[in-house]
Amino acid sequence: MRDRALIYSGLAVFLGLVTFPAWHNLSTHVTAKGPDLRLPAREKQCVAPLEYMRSSHMSLLIDWRERVVRAGGRDFTALDGKHYNMSLTPTCLEQCHGAKADFCDRCHNYAAVSPPCWNCHLDSKPVLRSAR
Amino acid sequence: MTISRKAFLRMSGLSCLAAAAQRAIGAITGTRWAMAIDVAKCLKQENCTKCIVACHQAHNVPSIPDRSHEVRWIWKDSLDHAFQEQLDEYYSLRAAPAMVLCNHCENPPCVRVCPTQATWKREDGIVAMDWHRCIGCRYCMAACPYGSRSFNWMDPRPYIHNPNPEFPTRTKGVVEKCTFCTERLVGPGGHPRPPACVEACSGKALVFGNLADPHSPIRELLAARRHIRRKPELGTGPNVFYIV
Amino acid sequence: MFMFEKAVAGSRRYWLWICGLAIVMGIGFACYLRQLSLGLVITGLSRDVTWGLYIAQFTFLVGVAASAVMVVLPYYLHNFKAFARIAILGEFLAIAAVIMCMLFILVDMGQPARVFNVLLYPTPHSMMFWDMISLGGYLALNAVIALVTLRAECEGVAPPRWIKPVIILSIPWAVSIHTVTAFLYSGLPGRSLWLTAILAPRFLASAFASGPALLILLCLLIARLTRFAPGREAIQKLAVIVTYAMVINVFLVLMEFFTAFYSQIPEHTESLRYMFLGLDGHAGLAPWMWTSMILAAASLVLLLVPRYRHNECLLALACAMVFLSLWIDKGIGLIVAAFVPSPLGAVTEYTPSLPEALISLAIWAVGSLILTVLYKIALSIREEPLLSPAPPARVEVLT
Repeated sequence: MRDRALIYSGLAVFLGLVTFPAWHNLSTHVTAKGPDLRLPAREKQCVAPLEYMRSSHMSLLIDWRERVVRAGGRDFTALDGKHYNMSLTPTCLEQCHGAKADFCDRCHNYAAVSPPCWNCHLDSKPVLRSAR
Repeated sequence: MTISRKAFLRMSGLSCLAAAAQRAIGAITGTRWAMAIDVAKCLKQENCTKCIVACHQAHNVPSIPDRSHEVRWIWKDSLDHAFQEQLDEYYSLRAAPAMVLCNHCENPPCVRVCPTQATWKREDGIVAMDWHRCIGCRYCMAACPYGSRSFNWMDPRPYIHNPNPEFPTRTKGVVEKCTFCTERLVGPGGHPRPPACVEACSGKALVFGNLADPHSPIRELLAARRHIRRKPELGTGPNVFYIV
Repeated sequence: MFMFEKAVAGSRRYWLWICGLAIVMGIGFACYLRQLSLGLVITGLSRDVTWGLYIAQFTFLVGVAASAVMVVLPYYLHNFKAFARIAILGEFLAIAAVIMCMLFILVDMGQPARVFNVLLYPTPHSMMFWDMISLGGYLALNAVIALVTLRAECEGVAPPRWIKPVIILSIPWAVSIHTVTAFLYSGLPGRSLWLTAILAPRFLASAFASGPALLILLCLLIARLTRFAPGREAIQKLAVIVTYAMVINVFLVLMEFFTAFYSQIPEHTESLRYMFLGLDGHAGLAPWMWTSMILAAASLVLLLVPRYRHNECLLALACAMVFLSLWIDKGIGLIVAAFVPSPLGAVTEYTPSLPEALISLAIWAVGSLILTVLYKIALSIREEPLLSPAPPARVEVLT
């Protein structure tokens, strides 16, 4: 076989490419450990049931957005009767989840998701103050 | 289900009547936010930019040094620029400052042309903006006869020097303009606060109120003083009145 | 089904052309990535002049796309046999032009990822909504018509009967795409240069001049490069169409001048004054507009005199002048000048930036590539029947 060298080197390149995820993760010490969330300090009850928030917080946020921006009015009554002000930074962040780096970013970075919300909406006040 | 013709006609007639009544009631008890600008009072405050600073600070409007890419919600221009063909050359206040902002027209061309309803006219008369939906086509900017709208040609954040944490910024690629401070109109506890510019004006030149209420200060002011609006012949019905 | 295999068998010259186009597209794409990351600040647009080269090119190209009707109508509706061989070329030009239009709109958007909001939140009172519908529909119509008729010709059979109503539909649809585009502008109360009832007729007239002019140039080019012969009668008929359309277009432009300068209403005269004489010392557009007028006049001389029109070299020159003149008029002048002066009387000039020009050039390269591929397919199929005994079939007479 005249092409032995070419074939073997081609095979080597292919094997290298196809096993890329494995050896790259090993070399950069990526683990299977999931996101490490920092839960809210004060509030124990979420605006909606936990499973719903886990699966569909995006829908809730979009619903809040449409109601505030287009219908007007910021009052939200949760299933347990508690009232919340529908607002991303003052309610979601400052009232409950702190800075976005402590909560939102943890899962989003893990899942490689970058929602465009933060292009406009500001992080919580303490983070803004320290960034100044 | 069978229904007699008579019953159907009766039902339709009653529904039409009810709808019309509702609209009439809506018109009578509705809200129509408007602003009056007293040019003479504004002129007395020399080199004053308090309303501009208050508005731009409250809403995280970027200060972009390049004038061609500026974002302005309210700014100062001269009367003869704002009212080009309406004021003759003998009018004494031609060079006086005129605060220029979105007129929140009764019949806004910008709302008519927006392909996604990212800008729309609310029940209370305010021409609102939804920055989540805007696709940045700038059709509204072409349609506005007053030049009230600004586009974010680049990311505004580097140009916001003192961000107000109570209000979001905008992102590059969307159009923005004065919103008559909708976030202040329904304040905490339900007490409406006037727009930032009106509150900041030390010369009391800006008056904000509800035109649908015949006893509001703005209605009384407009009844007492001669006033003009920009480009009235276009049929847009601006809600910013200039007391001249 | 799309016979793309015909497009990959080509001469060295063909592949050099394709590579050249690919390079231009690559450069423009890189500039567009920069625009996506930095924003439209990299263009020459400003707060006063918010629409520029991109939207102007879109406006011009909608006209070129609509002009396919000038070939379809005589051939399919009136059985004008001379257009038999070039009908498909007109339809393919329409496809390439519409795709370019859509690309120009896309690159002009501040938030292109949200462009589907126009369909998710349909807004019948916005002309831009109808523009998207009509352009999309026109693209689909032309694609179906061209591919079905070409496939039928390739197989040597008559096209299916259902294609007839589709072809009939494409005729008013072509007129509608450019009317809707004119409506984008002619209903805006704040822009006096556009607020004229004759904008839509003027758009159609310039479309029916510039499109067929380009088609003539393309046919003459293809006749030189391949064995395809469009036929002298077809070229001359197209030339007559260009002549009439150009006369009507120039007439309508002169009408605008009369209304503005006889009524002397400042609002009406200012933008025209800016275009040709300048305002407040700013006269950036004037050289362009005067060039456009001179080219229009010269082209009319060449087109109106039969002896010149019958001479193919002079005709080619005339068509190039028509195309260039109308490209300047619609593709540069009309859109930009409506923003001068601004609603507050300011004069802000606009010059496209280099990245903006490169992105525009890249979109023209995309259109050229699509046109090249489609024409290659059509002409390769045309050249084959020379070997087969059966004559090419055509669509039934529509009477």
